[in-house]
Amino acid sequence: MNTEISGVIFTYLLTLAIAIPLGRYIARIFKGEKTWLDFLAPVERFIFRFSGIDPKKEMNWKQHLFALLTINSVWLIYAFVCLMAQGHLPLNPDANPGQSPDTAFNTAISFLVNCNLQHYSGESGATYFTQHFVFMFLHFVSAATGIAALIVLYKAMKDKVTDKLGNFWDYFVKTITRVLLPISFVIAVIFAFNGMTTSYAGKDTFISMQGDTVHVSRGPVAALVAIKHLGTNGGGWFGANSAHPIENPNYLTNTVELVAQLIIPIALVFALGFYLNKKKFAYVIFGVMTLGMLLLLIPTMNAELNGNPAIAHMGISQPNGAMEGKEVRFGPANSAYWSIMTTVTSTGSVNSMHDSAMPVSGTMMLLGMMVNCFYGGCGVGFLNFYIFIVIAVFISGLMVGRTPEFLGRKIEAREMKIASLIALLHPFIILVGLAISSYVVVHMPGADWAVKPSTWLNNPGNHGFSEMLYEYTSSAANNGSGFEGLGDGNIFWNVTTGIVMVLGRFLPIIGPLAIAGLLANKKYIPESAGTLKSDTSTFGLMIFAVIVIIAALSFFPALALGPIAEHFSLK
Amino acid sequence: MKTYLLPSIKLTIILIVITAGIYPLAIAGIGKFTPGHGDGETVTYKGRVVGYANEGQKFTKDEYFWSRPSAVDYNAAGSGGSNKGPSNPDYLKQVSDRITDFMKHNPGVTRSQIPAELVTASGSGLDPDLSPAGAQVQVARIAKVRGIPADELTKLVDAHTEKPLFGVFGPAKVNVLKLNVALDELKK
Repeated sequence: MNTEISGVIFTYLLTLAIAIPLGRYIARIFKGEKTWLDFLAPVERFIFRFSGIDPKKEMNWKQHLFALLTINSVWLIYAFVCLMAQGHLPLNPDANPGQSPDTAFNTAISFLVNCNLQHYSGESGATYFTQHFVFMFLHFVSAATGIAALIVLYKAMKDKVTDKLGNFWDYFVKTITRVLLPISFVIAVIFAFNGMTTSYAGKDTFISMQGDTVHVSRGPVAALVAIKHLGTNGGGWFGANSAHPIENPNYLTNTVELVAQLIIPIALVFALGFYLNKKKFAYVIFGVMTLGMLLLLIPTMNAELNGNPAIAHMGISQPNGAMEGKEVRFGPANSAYWSIMTTVTSTGSVNSMHDSAMPVSGTMMLLGMMVNCFYGGCGVGFLNFYIFIVIAVFISGLMVGRTPEFLGRKIEAREMKIASLIALLHPFIILVGLAISSYVVVHMPGADWAVKPSTWLNNPGNHGFSEMLYEYTSSAANNGSGFEGLGDGNIFWNVTTGIVMVLGRFLPIIGPLAIAGLLANKKYIPESAGTLKSDTSTFGLMIFAVIVIIAALSFFPALALGPIAEHFSLK
Repeated sequence: MKTYLLPSIKLTIILIVITAGIYPLAIAGIGKFTPGHGDGETVTYKGRVVGYANEGQKFTKDEYFWSRPSAVDYNAAGSGGSNKGPSNPDYLKQVSDRITDFMKHNPGVTRSQIPAELVTASGSGLDPDLSPAGAQVQVARIAKVRGIPADELTKLVDAHTEKPLFGVFGPAKVNVLKLNVALDELKK
């Protein structure tokens, strides 16, 4: 077998081999069982005592949301102020200036919501201070926010709970101390020994073999890149993200980065099975997610391995596939795999430039983000999936003429209203944003912004349209990758995508928690012969159908105007 | 609100210290024991640092193995790709020009011998590598310019070809900087 394909298969199998035991471990932590990191308990006690928190105090779903939203507001203000002031703060060896208000607004939101859309370049738009004390910090806490919210949901799905859903701070802090920090540490050490820089020295200068003077950006990259992937964040140290040879020096680091961005989303699905003692249900969900992922991955690999037909016409050999925007050390097969993994999860880091990918690949990446729950981001992936489960339960119930029940609770009008609103929110914010930006490009080409709308699009025709579609999809899905040719460093994109990111983050956390909280308060109905079995492949297919109809089809017209049209025009 | 706000602020402070202070400092400490001491691994020629092993640099002279085209002209203070879409007519014209240029400098090479990476820009603009085919296709030109027998250069490329990970995963590659340093050392 071709070494590039075998590399991809090896990477995925390695991911599963780590994710399954990790899922068991995560379930043990939140069930309060013994784990081998229990020696960290004093550290946690210290954190709680310092913060004046009683981690044993039970909260209901509203209190959980209050806690979550309050601390997120604190981070937003903190991040915004730091980014504006970074030029005057310490740890700025390359003397980079502070960010403009609109860029800081966008960047602060972007990292707060685990999106990591970057409308600046790390080399010149951030300092070592903000890379650490804003970005790396938010990498940890935004991922932990998503996971803690998911644990609340899991708790609410348990058989005999009512409104005592555990303590938010407890879930949140333990996610950091027991999961994110220890694993990041191991990953960062692997990176450090594979050529990623770790020191705080600034730029270096040397004279090249040909006599050119070259300045080299460096920095303590390894620590950031570890949590960037583990927390499905994706915001890189350098502008080129994980295509950059310091941020991703070789195939081994590339494999580790790929494994790191998938293990938690997959582990959390298995954690559900272990936590609720419903392993079969977890397998069904994992099966649906994996089926969806493969349906996106296979066409992408095929398109990239076949190469660009327009370049093939010039008589050039593309033995391994399309190379524009890709690195030799990873190759097209692996880059295709990465581009799908980073879009089905909410990571959004890149090891190749998505703007230069084949139109079929672009379609698949967009679909990955439009669905946003084939594995999905840390915690939030399953929260999104939960909405589709609720809708699938409801529709299945109607089809067989029974009151829809899920895990022993009746799903009624109120829950369905919330679920429908959340399911429709995602297409709504993407398509409205796209409509406005398209209008601006056509009717206000000369608007006096940092980048004029007439020069926003780096590519003409359908591909230019795809660049705008991708930007809003990535923002709404809190993904953060981009068709980076788009001239997004101006007030229009900073503000509009900022708003889309906030809505795309918090409503899909609030909605599922509200539904689960409401359900948990209802009377528990023991399973009977008439209960819909949620752990069967039939129900799995039902969920899949709901996802295809709601998430994918609402976007079909936009996809048809963008990458699909480009595909058919490419000869 | 006070029940949530005060703990939020304090928790934020302590977590900043742990995740953004202690954690990266610990990694920086461990980084001191790595081959590049955490500053990045450099390549030296005649006692002078001529580049970073992992970062590509511009090689456009005929006597060197060329590196890939770069959208940022190998300016390592920044990074980035062309972000050109596959159907963009300007982009396709650019690729076509690169092919013409390559064939002018490498007479005797046919189009089908040119691997795609030599006429396309990388994602980072700092790609340090070529595929083995991308280096071999330049051997004839360098042999002529330098007056070194071609089979000696072929052997040099073979010696600098790095195998896939564990021999089975991922592509084989050649680090252009290391190859060119070895090339200059041959001359002595």
